[in-house]
Amino acid sequence: MSTSTQTAPAKTSTRVGHGRIRPHYGTHIFLMVMAVMWMVPLGWALFTALRPKADTDRYGYFSLGGAFNFDNFIQAWEQGGFPRYFMNSLIITVPTIILVLLFSSMMAFAVSRVSWKFNITLLIMFTAGNLLPPQVLATPLFEMFKLIQLPYWFSDSGSLLNTYMSVIIANTAFQVGFCTFVLSNYMKALSPDLTEAALVDGAGLWRQYVSIIMPLCRPAIAALATLELIFIYNDYFWPLLFIQSGDRLPVTTAINNLQGTFLSNYNLLAAGATITVIPTLIIYLALQRHFVAGLTLGSSKG
Amino acid sequence: MSTPTELSEASAPGARTGHRKQSSTTPKPRRVRRLSQRDKVVLGFMVGIPTLVQLAFVWIPTLLSVFLSFTRWNGLALSDIRMAGLANYSYVVNDSPAFWPAVQHNILWLVFLAVIATPLGLLLAVLLDQQIRGSKIYQSIFFVPVMLSLALIGIIWQLFYQKDNGLLNFLLGTAGTPQAVDWFGDPHINIWAALVAATWRHAGYVMILYLAGLKGVDASLKEAASLDGANARQTFFRIVFPAMAPINIVIVVITIIESLRAFDVVWVINKGTNGLELISALVITYLIGEGQSIGIGSAFAVILLVISLVPITIYLSRTFRKEKF
Repeated sequence: MSTSTQTAPAKTSTRVGHGRIRPHYGTHIFLMVMAVMWMVPLGWALFTALRPKADTDRYGYFSLGGAFNFDNFIQAWEQGGFPRYFMNSLIITVPTIILVLLFSSMMAFAVSRVSWKFNITLLIMFTAGNLLPPQVLATPLFEMFKLIQLPYWFSDSGSLLNTYMSVIIANTAFQVGFCTFVLSNYMKALSPDLTEAALVDGAGLWRQYVSIIMPLCRPAIAALATLELIFIYNDYFWPLLFIQSGDRLPVTTAINNLQGTFLSNYNLLAAGATITVIPTLIIYLALQRHFVAGLTLGSSKG
Repeated sequence: MSTPTELSEASAPGARTGHRKQSSTTPKPRRVRRLSQRDKVVLGFMVGIPTLVQLAFVWIPTLLSVFLSFTRWNGLALSDIRMAGLANYSYVVNDSPAFWPAVQHNILWLVFLAVIATPLGLLLAVLLDQQIRGSKIYQSIFFVPVMLSLALIGIIWQLFYQKDNGLLNFLLGTAGTPQAVDWFGDPHINIWAALVAATWRHAGYVMILYLAGLKGVDASLKEAASLDGANARQTFFRIVFPAMAPINIVIVVITIIESLRAFDVVWVINKGTNGLELISALVITYLIGEGQSIGIGSAFAVILLVISLVPITIYLSRTFRKEKF
């Protein structure tokens, strides 16, 4: 490990001499070993998924024999009911993100751009709420949703249980705190002069929020939307608690059932697991620039 | 490579200091009395709706958990609720077979994350913060598990850990022999196997947060230290690490809270039984279990709540200390 972390390795070696090279060499070996270990679990799942069951039965799972193809993926996709589950994930994720960002941006604006009596108290309450383990409030929330009476045209359970709505509500309430905290910090870092000028022009709070602050928060909103997309797609707990019908589960909760569906057919199970990884990787690769933009913009303000 | 957590968690302290600097040189924000009647209505709406959602679906249920923990209820009609005093707590502490194992496992979870996963993440961040070749590729590799749900991580590791067809037993040469270990099934081993799987994700998470933190440390601090004759280790532990205090607090809080929230991995493996008991899993076991003993489940929830209030309070008091005005 070199102290002059800012200099490029090549430069370091010519300037400081061979004494600095050895630590880098060790660093590379360590990182390579760690990286290989890090890739093994997913690599093993992918490797298993690409091999037909007949071949692994014949040659064993720990072998290279036999064919490699995507048959397991096709079979898992059809037998596992993935189209249905992905649709459910979409139905739950999109409204949640919209609600979370709407509520948290309004709240963040109110606590960071307007000074009033309880703004810090409320911000603390919002931040604390997001830090609680969800199991702390799971039981009463479950009972509350069970007691809320709904017409049968709206919910076949007659209550909020077993509806997409229940998961959307719980996720929204839980994520609003976090986004409010992040956005309020972001909005605080914006110059007060911005809304000062608008105030002189006679613009009301809503105008300030919609036409001045929100457009400036676009990078933070984009980054949070991406983040929440992954958070809510990955949420396992709330659907597990509220949704009983298997055909309404989102992907992340439904994969647990695949272990029963694909009964000791590990090739199919591995293919199913790999299929659920794909959307996260696509989201990450496609929206990576939003993270970068949000970060650089946020840090240059600070 | 930049990441969600980098922005969300790490930019918070940065933005905060920026704000503090600003507020000392610029006038305070608008006062309420400057608001028009219409603005007050708008403000009420902007604050009211989110606050109502937050109260109704987070804080009121939390208080109801406390209330229910002092009652006996089967979860059917509200009129069946009977006050039970401290009976549920007495049952949990004295008679519940799963409680003390769960407490031990939660503590073990915390210690393992704090002693192994978090320092590993810090080490990776420090190594990758140097401009070494392939740094971005390494970062991407270590970051992949952070993008996955813990439920999926449970399944992926199940494939790796299986008794007869899992890679680990093949690598150890025990697959198919009587010595083959059922890593997730053996009650003496499965908690460690689950912790390795949790570390796979947690270390990457910590690495990303510290990479952002290390970028924020003033390079001139490090230069000054090395001019004064400090070696790399001294520079890091005496200069760089203390300079990252805001990130360190975030990491400590995340590590504690993650260990209290641990649920998905063990639920996917065996619903938190047989060597994998955790307090969070017990809450759900009693909620959906046959007995529907809401009171006992709520007592577990309240114990979890009280423990989690400790890191939450520390974090909030550090974060908001300077904000009172």
